[in-house]
Amino acid sequence: MTEEPDIAIRVRGLVNRFGTHTVHDGLDLDVRRGEVLGIVGGSGTGKSVLLRSIVGLVTPAAGTVEVLGTDVRTADGETRRELEMRWGVMFQDGALFSSLTVRENVEVPLKGIPSLDADLRRHLANMKIAIAGLPAKAGDNYPAELSGGMRKRAGLARALALDPEIVFLDEPTAGLDPIGASAFDDLIRQLSETLGLTVFLVTHDLDTLHACCDRIAVLAEKKVLVTGTMDHMLQVDHPWVHEYFHGPRARAAQPARDDKKG
Amino acid sequence: MQADERYELTRTDDGIALSGALTVRTAGALRDDLEHAEAGTLDLSAVTRLDTAGAWVLADLRRRREGIDLRGLDTKRSALIETVSATFDQPRAEPAPITLRDRVDNLGRSVAQAFRFQMDLTAHLGEFLARLFYCLAHPRELRVTAIVHHCQEVGLRAVPIVSLMAFLIGVVLAFQGAAQLRQFGAEVFVVDLIAISILRELGILLTAIIVAGRTASAFTAAIGSMKMREEIDAMRTLGVNPADALIVPRIVALLLMLPILGLIANIMGLFGGGLMAWLDLGVSPGMFRTRLVEDTDISHLIVGMIKAPFFALIIGVVGCQGGMRVKSDAESLGQMTSASVVTAIFAVIMADALFSIFFERVGM
Repeated sequence: MTEEPDIAIRVRGLVNRFGTHTVHDGLDLDVRRGEVLGIVGGSGTGKSVLLRSIVGLVTPAAGTVEVLGTDVRTADGETRRELEMRWGVMFQDGALFSSLTVRENVEVPLKGIPSLDADLRRHLANMKIAIAGLPAKAGDNYPAELSGGMRKRAGLARALALDPEIVFLDEPTAGLDPIGASAFDDLIRQLSETLGLTVFLVTHDLDTLHACCDRIAVLAEKKVLVTGTMDHMLQVDHPWVHEYFHGPRARAAQPARDDKKG
Repeated sequence: MQADERYELTRTDDGIALSGALTVRTAGALRDDLEHAEAGTLDLSAVTRLDTAGAWVLADLRRRREGIDLRGLDTKRSALIETVSATFDQPRAEPAPITLRDRVDNLGRSVAQAFRFQMDLTAHLGEFLARLFYCLAHPRELRVTAIVHHCQEVGLRAVPIVSLMAFLIGVVLAFQGAAQLRQFGAEVFVVDLIAISILRELGILLTAIIVAGRTASAFTAAIGSMKMREEIDAMRTLGVNPADALIVPRIVALLLMLPILGLIANIMGLFGGGLMAWLDLGVSPGMFRTRLVEDTDISHLIVGMIKAPFFALIIGVVGCQGGMRVKSDAESLGQMTSASVVTAIFAVIMADALFSIFFERVGM
């Protein structure tokens, strides 16, 4: 399989069914290298299912998913492990291991690299914790002792532990206060710029879409309805897309972007 | 593609030139190599890949040693090194060494914790009794459906396991007893042995232990997971008393069911013992029945059954209190569930020992 330099994730003809309920029917999607792609869609349109089928947690009924040139479904164990070290996933509530401290959580993926000794591993974990915007002493805390926003940051620190090329973020700003959410937006933007990350971002947050995303893909009618920049989205005249990007909340989010640009 | 990442280190006139990949996979070796290298300039213009781990090693070296000069970085890579360097400024809390004082402190806390646990148990017992009497005075408040449901869960569903256990205990007692009694030609006393030990002690004690394992853990897990998902808080805000809705029906069901289970265990134990006595010793069912009725005092059965509601109360209160002590993480749910089982079994055996002394003193 040839690795195209431009495309990080290529999904073709994806079909997902749960019983008789079809979630995706012939879904196509391309994620370019180095971009921040926001995935939006109404509740139950299968945003999280799409994320899960790309990282291989859900086996689709049909279709191909290629990540960094490797077919996720047909790859053998070794190739898959290689691939898994090149992406990081942040789940909705962080999905931290509750029996480990935050630092130990971040060290878990680092333990897959035999050449790192314990001291360097600890230092690198501390650095990731700091980069994710957590205070240093949070490293010794257990996930249950952290607030929701801090758990999300810790989940991000773990997702970034191996310096992946792609990060998958599932609703990173859901449940955060506006200040925390906007700090998280800045963090994502800043990380994607300094580390050259490709970001696959599932979100409902219009502010996040304005602040972070290079392109937006809208899931509706069991497939990707449109992809394009924010300006492009504002001109689509599909009723749901129009309602989503022109609704009262969208209008409230709009000036935020203009302020940032100006 | 990534597994064979490597870097080269060559000496130049005024320092070292690095080329290749400085990433998380090579960071360990890079750190060791640079540790032994002479100070000077580091030429990084031939580096093909640089990630945060590689950048951390370089930044850490620059911070710790005088005269290190990083060269050949484009703007993106210097930005990366600056981002990583910024994380050094955060103060790090080093864990304090454990002193004797800490140990004494820990011991004191554990003892205080143990007392608090006892008080908490007593408080739950008190709350249960208060709510029970309130419900008895206002029968409308009693949740009959829930009680019936829990009776099925803790009673009916436990019948097979309790019956099998008691049957086997009867068999074992008859078998072992016979082997000893045969030496004295007193085989027929095996009936008294089985009857007294099962009716007085083993039937109800072993039933309580099985129910403690089955039901105390189920109570803790059910109430604990509701606590974790804030359902208990939701009940309070809706004006529903969690004790009425969750604790009273469970413990009442256990109070009703444990004596019945104990009775079933007694019957099955006697049946198993009788069967074995017949097969192994030739004590016919008729003779077994006659000796059982004539020689075994009814007080043995009474002593056994008096204990049943007390055991039920212990198991129920420990199980429910364990559930209420669950915190918001899954870890504590597991801990509390196993702690409940251990505490319930231990408390049941303790209570049995106290009952033994009590009945001995009152001459029963």
